[in-house]
Amino acid sequence: MTTKQLMKGCEAIAEAALRGGCRYFFGYPITPQNDIPEYMSARLPEIGGVFLQAESEIAASNMVYGAAGAGARVMTSSSSPGISLKQEGISTIAGAELPCVIVNVMRGGPGIGGIQASQGDYFQSVKGGGHGDYKLIVFGPDSVQEAIDIVYGAFDIADKYRTPVMILADGLIGQMMEPVTMPEFKSDEEIKVEKPWAATGWHEGCGRPRAIINSLYIEDEALEALHERLQARYRIIEQNEVRYEYYNIEDAEVILIAYGTISRVCRSAIDELAEEGIKVGMVRPITLWPFPSQAVLDAVAQPSVKKALAVEISAGQMVEDARLAVNGLKEVAFLGYPGSKIATVEEIIAKVKALREE
Amino acid sequence: MTKVFARTKGLIDVPNHYCPGCGHGIVHRLVAEVLEEMDLLDHTVGVAPVGCAVFAYNYFNCDMYEAAHGRAPAVATGAKRVFPNNCVFTYQGDGDLASIGTAEIVHAAHRGEKITTIFINNAIYGMTGGQMAPTTLVGQRTTTSPKGRDKDLCGEPIRMAELLATIEGSAYIERTAVNNNANIIKTKKAIRKAFETQMERKGFSMVEVLSTCPTNWGKSPIEAMQWLEDEMIPYYPLGVFKEV
Ligand SMILES: Cc1ncc(C[n+]2csc(CCOP(=O)(O)OP(=O)(O)O)c2C)c(N)n1
Ligand code: SF4
Repeated sequence: MTTKQLMKGCEAIAEAALRGGCRYFFGYPITPQNDIPEYMSARLPEIGGVFLQAESEIAASNMVYGAAGAGARVMTSSSSPGISLKQEGISTIAGAELPCVIVNVMRGGPGIGGIQASQGDYFQSVKGGGHGDYKLIVFGPDSVQEAIDIVYGAFDIADKYRTPVMILADGLIGQMMEPVTMPEFKSDEEIKVEKPWAATGWHEGCGRPRAIINSLYIEDEALEALHERLQARYRIIEQNEVRYEYYNIEDAEVILIAYGTISRVCRSAIDELAEEGIKVGMVRPITLWPFPSQAVLDAVAQPSVKKALAVEISAGQMVEDARLAVNGLKEVAFLGYPGSKIATVEEIIAKVKALREE
Repeated sequence: MTKVFARTKGLIDVPNHYCPGCGHGIVHRLVAEVLEEMDLLDHTVGVAPVGCAVFAYNYFNCDMYEAAHGRAPAVATGAKRVFPNNCVFTYQGDGDLASIGTAEIVHAAHRGEKITTIFINNAIYGMTGGQMAPTTLVGQRTTTSPKGRDKDLCGEPIRMAELLATIEGSAYIERTAVNNNANIIKTKKAIRKAFETQMERKGFSMVEVLSTCPTNWGKSPIEAMQWLEDEMIPYYPLGVFKEV
């Protein structure tokens, strides 16, 4: 059935996860993502899964490691301070080459910060977060529907690459209600992935080697081999998984670069500017890692483009990746606030106009 | 000739890295023997700690995890929830369980998690070179308590078996020691009882084993066994603290 229904972001993310194959959830309460564990606690037992409220985010992420190592489709969610605590588990999961899905409904930081929407965890999500050389596949949805579609496929991607996948939403995506279409439940066949490496119970002659779920590589060669595997995998992910959206980029004078909630404000600004006859386009990264560097460069390199402007709900994080992509070819300006403020349509319009005049 | 003794199938036939006189080797063998005797090996999953037993995954002949420091009970929880019929155990030292991992062990017990924990209390951090543990005795010298543990500064050693026995979800909690043959036999019985408790789904089970670290205690293996008996057992009484 493809009828539209009105759903709150967090609940929609939870339901889409179940339909995408999630059967285990370990989490800890924190605003503004509480609707995810609450929803999971009611729904997972109904479909034969397990919901467990852990004693902390540290424990939750290590429970995810345990369940992922047993071959399960497992997920956790939290908000910024909780995600900081989960980094031990996330680094361990990445080091042990295990699949899982993590949702971060970002709030303002640093420290306990505030509970308003924020994009302040971009660096933490795409540059590592925990210790060691690893990457997460990171998505930044701009609507409840896109969050649904991403979460629905996230378990397949995690299993395919044996890599944790993170959905980086903000408090607005998590809390707003939008009309959405829910995909069908994936069948048992669809979500059953061969995992001969999983720790399920073993005896000689059972058809697979003894499982050791581990992120310790004490011998130099073993650690080197891990990194060769990881880096080779990351290159393939960069080739296959980059997602972005272009909006009105043809003949644009200015290119906006924005992801998540703030990209919707940018879209409104672009539409208003178009009515005034000012052509502005946007590159909207959907994967934050791998970052759509080529798409950003192609858009900004167009002869019509004078300048680019990155807009974020932060002090300027993604803008660094945008600048790396453009590599000095043209100026990439920045507009954004790290606190409780979000750039308005008017501010974006004013900034674009100022950039045209410079 | 009749064979009177054979290596347990629960241990892989490789040399281990434990120091001479270390209690870890003894307890490994006891755990492995119990798993073999109870016919559990083919559906057992173990979780190794960070500590001297970090390579336990190379020794126990079953599927294994290596957990981050202190998190073995959380990892075991994830493993057990996915396969509730498996036998899941953690093997942890006193820095791992009684310091960095106190939240995880307390809440595994609190949830009545159907897992078994083998807790090696050697009153010191072995792997990192003999620093003070929460279990270090008052007056005991370590590399971070060079004048001996000062109770005004660091408190007095924590008794985990007693603490966990107060938790409703704990179904079997016993403290044993490996200082002599009689106590080693008692330790094996306790380990068996703990695994039985798990397989009967009664709740959380733990055996705290008073063990030796001759290397970091600065003692010979024999002196270490004597020190365990003279100094540790009086502070850490042996016995069953919880049985349901
Ligand atoms: C997060 C983290 N902190 C610290 C360490 C360093 N470390 C490794 S083993 C250990 C203590 C181990 O002592 P214990 O648990 O008593 O086990 P033993 O070596 O005595 O068997 C520490 C602090 C680590 N590996 N990870
Ligand atoms: S350092 Fe101590 S605990 Fe570690 S193996 Fe040696 S004797 Fe055993």
